[in-house]
Amino acid sequence: MYIKKETKSLMLRVLILSLALTFLYLPIMTLVVYSFNESKMVTVWTNFSFKWYQALFNNTAIITAVGISLTIAFFSAIASVIIGTLAAFVMVRVHRFFGESAFLLFMTAPMILPEVISGLALLLLFVTLGDIIPVFSDRGMITIWIAHVTFCSAYATVVIRSRLVELDVSIEEAAKDLGAGPMKVFFVIILPAIMPAEIAAFLLSFTMSMDDLVITSFVAGPNSTTLPMLIFSSVRRGLSPEINALASVIVLVVSMFAFGSWILTVRKQKRKERNQALVAAELRKEKAATHQ
Amino acid sequence: MAAVTYGSVKRPGSKGHRPPPRFVPAKKISWRERAIILVPYLWMILFFLIPFLIIFKISFSITEIAIPPYSPIITFEEGAMQIILHLENYTNIFTDPDGTYLRSYLKSIQVAAFSTVLCLIIGYPIAWALATSKSATRNILFLLIIMPSWTSFVVRIYAWMTILKRNGIINDILMTLGIIDSPIHMLQTDLAVYIGIVYCYLPYMVLPLFSALMKVDNSLIEAAQDLGCRPIKTFFKALVPQTRSGIIAGSMLVFIPAIGEYVIPELLGGKDSILIGRILWQEFFNNRDWPLASAVAITMLAIMAIPIIWFFKNQRKSGGKA
Repeated sequence: MYIKKETKSLMLRVLILSLALTFLYLPIMTLVVYSFNESKMVTVWTNFSFKWYQALFNNTAIITAVGISLTIAFFSAIASVIIGTLAAFVMVRVHRFFGESAFLLFMTAPMILPEVISGLALLLLFVTLGDIIPVFSDRGMITIWIAHVTFCSAYATVVIRSRLVELDVSIEEAAKDLGAGPMKVFFVIILPAIMPAEIAAFLLSFTMSMDDLVITSFVAGPNSTTLPMLIFSSVRRGLSPEINALASVIVLVVSMFAFGSWILTVRKQKRKERNQALVAAELRKEKAATHQ
Repeated sequence: MAAVTYGSVKRPGSKGHRPPPRFVPAKKISWRERAIILVPYLWMILFFLIPFLIIFKISFSITEIAIPPYSPIITFEEGAMQIILHLENYTNIFTDPDGTYLRSYLKSIQVAAFSTVLCLIIGYPIAWALATSKSATRNILFLLIIMPSWTSFVVRIYAWMTILKRNGIINDILMTLGIIDSPIHMLQTDLAVYIGIVYCYLPYMVLPLFSALMKVDNSLIEAAQDLGCRPIKTFFKALVPQTRSGIIAGSMLVFIPAIGEYVIPELLGGKDSILIGRILWQEFFNNRDWPLASAVAITMLAIMAIPIIWFFKNQRKSGGKA
């Protein structure tokens, strides 16, 4: 049987992607399914029930941990976006300054360094600084925030930088020629143009901060147990069906965000296409008018 | 065959077409730019560089029952400054009678390397399938591929625990189908560790490969095929060289963090899968031997220095687009 080359390639793509998506989603889906299981035995199905969700929402330790994690993630994401924007700006626009290679290394290394090393390093810093500056002596949300900003800003930099590189410099130069100051150029021209990247960097930093376990464990204090730390300790103690319910809630929230962002990109793309079509129609009209 | 380099040929209007970078003349850096540099620079020096100097310092100390739990290196006695460097931690690591440390370093490198290869083999086809899809479907597929990594990392490992354990889903299905009589031991094995690492690190491999594949010049692939290259040869001669930077970036993003991985071997691995991240954690949290943990970290860094520099150079060349 003769199959066209395009069809073959399409079939191969569908096969690869369906295998990949099965691998990626099967574990998550099993958690979601078993979160509705009445039995305490995590994998023996008995009856459909919302029991574990009730237990989850009545568990004050989990609710407190969620609050702590959300607070840290929010402030980490804000600081990371600010530092990331500045760092990306330096990388793209400022050239040949003292310690440029070191700067680039500092902004890349936190992404790849094993977390046990970064966590230990930061803790030892806080312990050493604690003698001099009292803020660091009692570890808690502030030390976690500093640790999170340090690695999240590296990711934020990558995201913002890739957008900043593509920016057309001529618009900025035109604004400068027309007398706009550097601050005005930044807030009126550059910031709106890189806004999608800023939002992406914020969300990435937020999820990274929400999710971090190892670095946080090193720098956390006794009253700052974050959500991943709580999940980890309860998972290590044994399987608990409440974690299934929690996982399902996390999956629900994340997929709502993902769906929302997908809708936004689709809309933006449609608007862009429509605008392009309108411009093309106008051009055709003009051309026709001049020909007559 | 004559070597033909089409490396810089870009068809105008194709997706990868971009105006050439402007020449930036060396100019004096204004005070405003200095101020911009200073904020991220100082942050990273204070919270990234200095901590490493401190780890290095403490790795030459020894444990003491005190707060902080290590001996001071610099002491003042009778008005004179004394610097005492203890090398015990390093000699312990290298001459441990059981060879625990050296074995776990080797095991970590082996696990990380094998996981990287697995991620590359699994990730490349996924990145290719994504990059060659129509742009509308590509958006949603891309989102679907990276969405699991936005959910909690520990929860994803926990999901594999429920799947792989003794009375878990895989064993249940295989037993009901009558393929096996007694449950297979899967949790707490190296297999489980590999599954966990590949599952969690796959997006880090797919993303750089995908962005490299998006820039591939298809005319080269077509030329290779027209000249009679078989698919495998086309892949290695035309596709791999063009996606080299993506392959390096993805591999390093998996390999380097995987060496120090703690959570996955702790939850999925057995008692024998003592990876170096676990050793560091135990020395720090269980034995409270901070100086030894620091020495373990410094040795780990020394092992990773070459891959880190390689990754860094590659990132610089490709403009940091991971």
